[in-house]
Parts: sequence; structure tokens; C-alpha cells
Amino acid sequence: MSITELQYQASQVENAPAIAIQGRSQWQLTWRRLRSDKVAIASIVVIILMILFAILAPVIAHLTGHPVDQEYVNTGQTADGLPVGPGVHGFILGTDWVGRDLLVRIAYGARISLFVGLLTTAIATILGVTLGLIAGYFGGVIDGVLARFFDAALAFPYIVLALALASVFNPSLLIVIGVISFFSWAGISRIVRGQTLSLKEKEYIEAAKSLGAGPWRIMFIDILPNLLGPVLVLATLYIPTAVTFEATLSFLGIGIPEPAPSWGNILSEATGFYHVAWWYVVFPALALLITTLAFNLLGDGIRDAIDPRTERIFAGSKNRRNQRRNRRKGQGLSLDQAILVGQERDLTDGSPLPASEES
Amino acid sequence: MGMVRFLVRRILTGILVMWLVATGTFFLFFTAVPVQSVARNLAGRSASPAVLQEVIRYYGLDRPWYTQYGHFLNELIHGNLGQSFYLEESVNSIIKQDLPATISVVIGGVILWLVAGLAVGILSATRARSLFDRLATVSVLAGVSAPTFVVGELLIIFVFVQLSDHGITFITTGYNALTAGFVPWLGCMILPWITLAIVQAAVYTRLSRGSLLDTLGEDYIRTARSKGLSERRVLFKHAVRSAMTPVVSQLGIDVGALLGGVIVVEQVFGLHGLGYQVVNAIAQGDQPTVIGFVIVASAFVVAANIIVDMSYALLDPRVRIS
Repeated sequence: MSITELQYQASQVENAPAIAIQGRSQWQLTWRRLRSDKVAIASIVVIILMILFAILAPVIAHLTGHPVDQEYVNTGQTADGLPVGPGVHGFILGTDWVGRDLLVRIAYGARISLFVGLLTTAIATILGVTLGLIAGYFGGVIDGVLARFFDAALAFPYIVLALALASVFNPSLLIVIGVISFFSWAGISRIVRGQTLSLKEKEYIEAAKSLGAGPWRIMFIDILPNLLGPVLVLATLYIPTAVTFEATLSFLGIGIPEPAPSWGNILSEATGFYHVAWWYVVFPALALLITTLAFNLLGDGIRDAIDPRTERIFAGSKNRRNQRRNRRKGQGLSLDQAILVGQERDLTDGSPLPASEES
Repeated sequence: MGMVRFLVRRILTGILVMWLVATGTFFLFFTAVPVQSVARNLAGRSASPAVLQEVIRYYGLDRPWYTQYGHFLNELIHGNLGQSFYLEESVNSIIKQDLPATISVVIGGVILWLVAGLAVGILSATRARSLFDRLATVSVLAGVSAPTFVVGELLIIFVFVQLSDHGITFITTGYNALTAGFVPWLGCMILPWITLAIVQAAVYTRLSRGSLLDTLGEDYIRTARSKGLSERRVLFKHAVRSAMTPVVSQLGIDVGALLGGVIVVEQVFGLHGLGYQVVNAIAQGDQPTVIGFVIVASAFVVAANIIVDMSYALLDPRVRIS
């Protein structure tokens, strides 16, 4: 029998609908669960629309005929030099304090917010996962030093240090990205460390070791794939935090420097116009809220899809029964709470890990 | 006995952390910023080189780093945070003057957010999946997603501006000292408190709801119920108490974040507290004031964490301090 013959037979088997029992990987299962979650799908749609809004910012500027930095002294301002409202003189969302088109500025602001949010989350995730794996896997002195480091980074009045850093180096996009990444990796590290601590005791790691696998191979090839679920959830939930962080820094005047628009610095300029220009606050605030809410809802959806044991507020009755049974079994915190509390816990069987020294 | 040893150890590590913070900020400012630019900031853009030299000598900026660092540490141990570069005042008196506003915001805000967060959390947990629970969950997500300053600005637009346009002047922005009367003080504090509470209570609602639901499923709760205790007694004497452990540890984590929130809230509402002062100091490059603020803030965080760790033992009899 030739090889093509074998391939043909194999394809016949694959294509036979009645007898095919499809094996589904964990990710396929997750995707199926996520797909049936209407809220998560809606959030994905909103996020895609927001990304399109950001990418198409120049197109919006072209369509409205209002370049982002163009100040319309005559049409964009009232006789008293105040911003004009939505719909006046073709400014769909009104203008800002110097007569620039608010819609165009919000669109360009979306570019910075999303870029900073996604990039810093990527940096923090890579850093956090690597350090968490190293601390959890090697243990001993390395773990001790790194764990104290995570604690310090978590317990710190980080925004104060961010303020100090940003004030020493002049505000710029690069500084903002550096500051946010620097203060975001510790939470991920801590959870990855806790998981690694329990996973490294499993039999399959023993097997990998006896086959001669080195520590780096074990960490990144054998342990990491088992952590991708929680890491994906954490990363998704970090994006809105990073977006908020950037907006807050820009609001305090130490983030993205003028005249580049960011949602934070638009809202910062708006502070003097509370009485006269509600649109100046409401529209950028809405853009920010919609974005962070969508990422938070998506993160929750992914978590539910990965770990069906977690509690779901809109879940069906069967799911509820399972949850009640799980609770009765006395399982500790759900992944949700573990993430919130940053508690180290073995998620695979629900038993708490050896507690840290103080408890 | 164990408690005393625990306290001593925590205070010693606290001092170590504060020394690290002080040293870190000192070197950040005194090595990263060139002396010439500090002097130029102080003396003004048009100052002549002779004046610049004079300024550098006056503030001791030309001395080697170890002399300056030793001087800084020595002053710090004696509780002296130095002299502001811009205001004709010592950093100590600036902090003393701005502390009441900040303390007012923090204490009122924490009380409001804990009461609101825990009340909604406990109600949601005891009525899991009711309409109330679902509404609470939705508003929690909105609260978690909202940046502090956005909540503050929206409150100003939709509450403060609306009320003052209709002649109701109870709520004000800016800061009225408590010595000027309780009502004006309350009027300027109520919106900052609500802002902090909306942003923070969400996390606590979520946390206390989940934790209480887990606790209610434990065996000892079933035992308590089967002994015939009233549901109210089971809930408040047995369940809530141990369900509070994650809430307390979250409070420890949030102290740092709270300081950030206070800076933002003071900025939004024009409250002249420490946060307002530090943002100004940063804009002016007034390093002694910034360093003073960072040190006071970290002392606050360290102290709060010690209190949080101690309260674990009070809440949960299973936790033993060692």
C-alpha cells in the first residue's frame, strides 16, 4: 500500500460524518463556551469597533474636513471664545477650548489609549510570567528575593512613584509606557509563581526531568502552557487598568504631552469648562468607560469560559447546581477572587498552597 | 508574647522599607536631575551665571552626594523633611497644613466605601441571583471600569453643576476646614467621598459577595444551622466574620492605590490637600516637597499594612500570628 493510499484512507475516515468522534482541545472547548456568551461576544464587537475607530482616525479627520490640530477660531468657538456644542457648524461632538474638533481628537486619542494599553499589557505579561516562573520553579533564595520584590511592588504607593519618575524625566509616550509596565508586572508574577509552585510537583514534570529536560525547557514548554488560561484572563483584565493608568497620568499632566490628544489630557483640559461645555467631559469620558467596560466584560467572559467552575451570575440552572456542589465541597476562593486578592492557590485542585510566613 | 515579637519584626521591616524608599527617591532626584537645571528652576530663566552659582552654593547642591545624602538622612531621623525650593516654608509645615484636607477625604471615603461595599456584598450573597444581586453585579462592573477622575468629573457635571444652577449651594468644590463649621466641611467633602466610594466599593462588593458565598457553603455553617441558630446569628456571628479575611487583605493592598485616588480626587475637586500640593510641586520641580510627600505616603502605607496584618488574627480565629 502506498503512502498516498494511506493518506486517502485517513481522509476517508476523517470525512466520515457518522462515526467521527471529534477530539476537542481545551482551547476549542473554551472558544465554544465563549462563543455562546452573548456579553463576551458583544464586548469583542465593541473592542473591534473601538480599534477601527482608532485606526480610521485620519479617515474621520478627512471626512469631517477637520485636521486634528486645526483650531477653528471663528466657527469652532462662540463669540465669547467658548467651545461650541455638538452639531454646531458641522462639529459632530462639538469643539474643545481652542476650537478643535472633539470627535477627531477623541479618535486620535483612541490610538494612544489603545496602543499604550495593549503594549504595556504585553510587556507586563512577558515580564511577569518570566519572573513568576523563575521564582516559582527555582524556589529558594531566588524565590525569596523575587517574592519580596513582588510584595514591595504591590504594596507601594505606585502612583506616587509614577508621579516622581514622570517628573524627573520629562513626560513622553516612552516614559508613560515604561512607568505603566514597571508597575503592572507584579500581580501577574505573583499568581504565576503560585501556580508554578504547585505544578512543578506534578508527575509529568518528574517524567520530563527523568527524560533529561532542562529547567528552561520545563518552565516554558511543560509548565507555561498550563498557565496560559489564567494568564490570558489576567492580561485581558490588565488592559483596562493600563488604559485607565495612562488616562490618569495624562489627566495629572504627567502623561502624554500636549498637543497630542489622549483621552486623559482631553479630560484634563475640560476641567475649566464644567459649567459651559458638558460635551467636553461626557464624550471622552464615554469613550474611556466603554473601552474599559468592554475589556473587563471580555476578561470575565474568558475566565468563565476557561474555568466553568467559576460563578456565573447569568448562568443556567445546571451550571448553578454544579457551583453549589463545588461550594459545598469546601473549595476555597474562585479564580476571580484569587486574582482579586492575589492569593497563591493551586487552581487545579482547589487546595490552598503553603501559606506565606506571616499567616 | 507572639504578638509583641510579630509587632517588633513588622516595625523593623517597616523602617527598612522606608529607608529604601527615602534612599531611592533621594537618588532618583539628586542624580537624575542635573544641578544646573535645578538652579535655573530656582533662580529663574534669566538669572546670570553668578546668581546660579550663588543659588547652588546656598542649597549645598555643589557638595558631593554622600555629604548631601548624610545631611538628608540626619535631618530625616530628626523628623525634618527640609526646606521647600519654592514656597518660603519648611516641608514639615506644608505637610502639617495640608494634612487635614487629605485626612478628611481618606477617612470619610474609606468608611463610605467599606459600608457601601460590604452592605451590598452581604445583601447580594444572602439573596444570590435575585434582581438585586444582578443589578449589583452590573453596577459593580461599571464601577470597576471607571477611572476615578472620570467619576469625579461626571459627578461635578451632573450633580454639582445642576444643583448650583438651581440655586442649591450646599455642595461646594474646594476645601472648607472643619473649624469653619461642620456643614460647609460636609458640603465640600460629600462628592469626593462618593467618588472614592463608587470606584472602590465595587471591588469590595464583588469580594465580600464571593467570599461570603464560599463561607456559607462550609461545614461549620451547616453545623451552626443544625444547632438551630437563627439565620441572622449564623450570618453575622459565624459567616461574615471569617468571610472578611480576603476583604481585609484587599484593604491592605488598596492603601497604596488609595493614595493615588486621593491625588486624583483632590485635583478634580480643587481640594488643597497633600495630593494637590504634590502635583504642584512636581510641576515646579520642587524636589524636597515631593520627597517629603513620598516619605509620608510610604509611612502611611507601612503603618496601614501592619494594622491590616494584625486585624487578620482578630477576625479569623484560625489565623495565628507568629
